[in-house]
Amino acid sequence: MSGRRNAASATREEVEEFLYREAALLDAWQLDDWLALTTADCGYYVPPNDKPDADHRSTLFTVADDHARLVERVKRLKDPSAHAEYPPSRTRRVITNVRIAGSDGETIEVAANFVVYRFRRGGDRREFVGHYRYKLRRENGALRIAERRAILDGEELGALGAVSFIL
Amino acid sequence: MNDRYVIEDRARNTFSLSREALVSPAVLEKERRAIFDTCWIYVGHASELAQPGDFRTRYVAGRPVIFCRDKAGTAHALLNTCRHRGAIVCRERQGNARQFMCMYHGWTYETDGTLKTVPGPEAYGTAFDKRNFALVSVPRLEHYRDFYFACFDRAAPPLADYLAGAKEYIDLVVDQSPSGRMEIIAGVQEYDVKANWKLLVENSVDDYHLPSVHTTWLNYMKNAGVNVRPPKEEGLLLPSKGWGKDLGNGHLTTDNVNFRGRPVARWISIYGEDAKPDIAAIRRELVARLGEERAARIADTNRNLIVFPNLALNDGSSVTVRTFFPTAPDRMHVTAWCLGPTEETPAQRARRLDAFLTFYGPGGFATPDDVAALEAVQQGLAAWREVGWSDMSRGMAKPGDAQLNTDEGHMRVFWRRWSELMDRAG
Repeated sequence: MSGRRNAASATREEVEEFLYREAALLDAWQLDDWLALTTADCGYYVPPNDKPDADHRSTLFTVADDHARLVERVKRLKDPSAHAEYPPSRTRRVITNVRIAGSDGETIEVAANFVVYRFRRGGDRREFVGHYRYKLRRENGALRIAERRAILDGEELGALGAVSFIL
Repeated sequence: MNDRYVIEDRARNTFSLSREALVSPAVLEKERRAIFDTCWIYVGHASELAQPGDFRTRYVAGRPVIFCRDKAGTAHALLNTCRHRGAIVCRERQGNARQFMCMYHGWTYETDGTLKTVPGPEAYGTAFDKRNFALVSVPRLEHYRDFYFACFDRAAPPLADYLAGAKEYIDLVVDQSPSGRMEIIAGVQEYDVKANWKLLVENSVDDYHLPSVHTTWLNYMKNAGVNVRPPKEEGLLLPSKGWGKDLGNGHLTTDNVNFRGRPVARWISIYGEDAKPDIAAIRRELVARLGEERAARIADTNRNLIVFPNLALNDGSSVTVRTFFPTAPDRMHVTAWCLGPTEETPAQRARRLDAFLTFYGPGGFATPDDVAALEAVQQGLAAWREVGWSDMSRGMAKPGDAQLNTDEGHMRVFWRRWSELMDRAG
């Protein structure tokens, strides 16, 4: 690797550290701190279970937020009137198989597997299994999320019910 | 009306629902026969079968069904069970097929259900006639403006009669397309709710819950510049006035002055300034085709329609086709699609999908809170032996045509019909 650090280069260790820190913020419901990890043009997507590779402009997604709506989603989730997440679920994210899938000089593409356990009272335990596809960029030297795609493996959402927290 | 589950006293304006009807396995078993086996049940939309050979597999009233179009272009709803030993013949979610071959012993059927070949036919006796072993169709399959319904009761009235006043409200949806052709958009939402299926009927048309359940959605709309303050008229809880209506045969709808924007065709700030001229153009097309009055009827109202017993057409922030079946007294499986005019441009389609997600679906800003509300109800119903009745009398003191969307007159329509059919079954 050349001496000058390419804006779009990163080691897997750095990316892993970034994803683990992100997961910890989400599990701790530190949503404003999490939002600070996103770029001003960040998109957050959960594709439909039956069309995981589709485009949200022509296919109905489960979630397709631009940054403005992501800000509103965070506001909503912090409000006790967001009944689906009040009291907030307990979640635990297990992030594995982190790979740097590519980079185009500006954007680093990252893939990772996830299991997100979500617990609520009454023995309600749900396991969200899938993989992430990230587009990361550097802003002032720090990695930031330009796009975040959480792709579920289930054939349908089924017993998972809803994606009411940030997956 | 006064029976085991619904007690109505019109003199005292009381309407009580037995909570047992929402928790009992025996009631569910009776519903399967008295309701789901006698009513017209939504199967799918013509647009899902665009080409000959196209198919979708799904469950309809508990039965596995292949909804498909044969070589000649005729739509079918075939019971997806091999005539030989019963295996599901088509195991894929959707696709295009020349034939359906059972994976167990290889019996192969045409897309109209005809049995085409069986491996080793010589081992059967002379009495064995393939014509007796076609895939069995649902007893009745009819459509109204591309919405296909099945009925398991051969003696049922035609679909068009059954739909009664609901037809007018389906028309208000379909007439949004210049050619009268709407289509189901790719991407299906299938999710379970841990609640009795009838609670989703109520919830789909219950506008009384909007300010309390959907506070965060109303805040989101407000933050985006939409006026969500109720008008200064006594008794109004919502940003605009609306009614709850009886459409006959157990069908019902809300019918509201729109405040929340409509892809066809009422601009709100959430769509962005760029969308203004396009929305205006859609509106001009409506007016040119249908006249000012009809165009306003379509574009300036939003309506959540229940086709009894389990189809909701929510023509609000976008159009949702939502159907749901009980899997247990305290559990249902919901399937929801987005519907739009076939003529939409890519930009219009993207706007419709975006508008859909502002409110609807398992990742929307509102539906998850509805699910939470229904599940909270179901949890509370566990005390049904001590607290045996729910109240649904809101608005009863007013005349029938003055029922607001925040009253419960339209929900009483569902329960009266439900009770009538359950009684009829003995």
